[in-house]
Amino acid sequence: MSDANAPLSLDEVRHVATLARLAIHEDRLPQLQRELVAILGHIAQLQSIDTAGLEPMAHPLTLSNRLADDIPESAMPIADLLRNAPATEGDFLAVPKVLGGESS
Amino acid sequence: MTSDLVSVRDDIRAGVTTARATVDGYLTRIHAQNSTLNAFHEVFDDESRAAADAIDAKIASGVPVGPLAGVPIAVKDNIVTRMGRTTCSSRILENYRSPFDATVIERLTAAGAIMIGKTNLDEFAMGSSCETCAWGVVRNPWDPSRVPGGSSGGSASAVAADLCAAALGSDTGGSIRQPASLCGIVGFKPSFGRVSRYGLVAFGSSLDQIGPLTHRVRDSALLYQCMAGDDHRDSTSAPHAVEDVVTGLDETPRRFRVGLPLQYRKGNAPAVDAAVMRAIEHFRSMGAEMVDVDLPLTDVGISTYYVIAPAEACSNLARFDGIRYGHRTQSTSARDLFDLYAQSRAEGFGGEVQRRIMLGTYVLSAGYYDAYYRRALQVRRLIKEEFDRAFTKCDVILGPTSPTAAFPLGGVTDPLSMYMCDVYTVNTNIAGICGISLPAGFDESCGRPLPVGIQLQAQAFAEPLLLKIAHAYEVAQGGRARIPASIP
Repeated sequence: MSDANAPLSLDEVRHVATLARLAIHEDRLPQLQRELVAILGHIAQLQSIDTAGLEPMAHPLTLSNRLADDIPESAMPIADLLRNAPATEGDFLAVPKVLGGESS
Repeated sequence: MTSDLVSVRDDIRAGVTTARATVDGYLTRIHAQNSTLNAFHEVFDDESRAAADAIDAKIASGVPVGPLAGVPIAVKDNIVTRMGRTTCSSRILENYRSPFDATVIERLTAAGAIMIGKTNLDEFAMGSSCETCAWGVVRNPWDPSRVPGGSSGGSASAVAADLCAAALGSDTGGSIRQPASLCGIVGFKPSFGRVSRYGLVAFGSSLDQIGPLTHRVRDSALLYQCMAGDDHRDSTSAPHAVEDVVTGLDETPRRFRVGLPLQYRKGNAPAVDAAVMRAIEHFRSMGAEMVDVDLPLTDVGISTYYVIAPAEACSNLARFDGIRYGHRTQSTSARDLFDLYAQSRAEGFGGEVQRRIMLGTYVLSAGYYDAYYRRALQVRRLIKEEFDRAFTKCDVILGPTSPTAAFPLGGVTDPLSMYMCDVYTVNTNIAGICGISLPAGFDESCGRPLPVGIQLQAQAFAEPLLLKIAHAYEVAQGGRARIPASIP
């Protein structure tokens, strides 16, 4: 399953789209598969580099993240934050039913 | 003839012109050119005139004004502004209005700059041609049948066509430098952590950096000086004090070493190699020492980048879910939350953004994480160490910014070929160092003359030295002799 040189199957593309929360139309999957296979084929060159014992470098600087002091501050007004919401009810974001949907 | 930012600023300050007349001049040019170039998505006519009047009133009454007083700046549309919308050139944010200003907007406004409009980009800054912009392609003022580069192509096109005194861009893998090169202007990517990203819509959080696109090096130095420095709202901003890069800009370092990597000489257009050769002669004439440096992992940069950047992007773009802001599907088939997320995202994101989200999700997925993501981060360390070794032998590394001049719209259709446009720029971001693209002549082999650029890279936080050497090159080269023929 974890062979970086194995080509990506159509089922795997479908699975990744589900993980990525993208409702990609079936018609588009074969082309997306071809493009991803080509890109992954190029990226496979990373496998030929000797990385034994190397510490992964997640960040270019040797800075550590700074934590804010635990002091309450005034937040943005709720009305400002809700102005961009597609659907609201009072001071709340409105969403479809979370439980009881067909695929949940 | 185009005017550089510092000249515009000085003319307003000296009373040669007013901020209002300056703004009116730029607005007239924008409205004449933008239907062709599509550099701007939104223009702040009324707001920029009002801001100019306020600056003029201050100057008239002798109130001190900031170092950018009255200077019109264009802003890449992935930097949030209270004014207007912030769309990232994506349908998913078509009507998004930010409740706050980015730190760079606050700082530039405090310095007296006037935000004249928002510029188009490749959707979510993912691209090298501005052809993935949801609001139509952006065109290159040197030849409108060609791309301006990307992703800060709207900003580059606007500066090159003299539609603003300068512009802001963002650079995740070359997105300031490559369009600057293709449009014949200066594009400067500061070191990672140097400029606050608070209010920059996140793409690759360990790679993104805001920087200026300008006519001249001193313009970039001044804008950088006004924007850089610690910001408590960005926990990745560097606490180091910002050195004065403006005052000493004219002092060419007495001795400096220019590194020339063998790996930067393969597969470039002849005009690009010729521009680098001319730059070498300019640096020799200043007394600089040329040294060979070895960067054998140059070719691995694109592979490393296209694991790390999509991995970070798929996490960052998970926030666009159709719940709190952005596009929500109207489809009645979206019956539960999963459908709502997946359909909103599929409708809102364009093809390239979806491709990168897929790629990032795949390389982070169970069973592939070690083979791709972890390994890419290990190679990243090797790339950083390779630069560290090179910088023991030289002060700056010289090479092309882009292997070619601007290509025709629609000329590169395969995603992987498009990614290769950034072969000389991605490693700067991977290592977190600084880089600048400088106009370096023209490719005359394609009909109309097309600008080519050179790139100088320096160690992290070596901006003062990088800008001095860049400025010395610009002076030696004689500045920009030509402006785009399409511009009246």
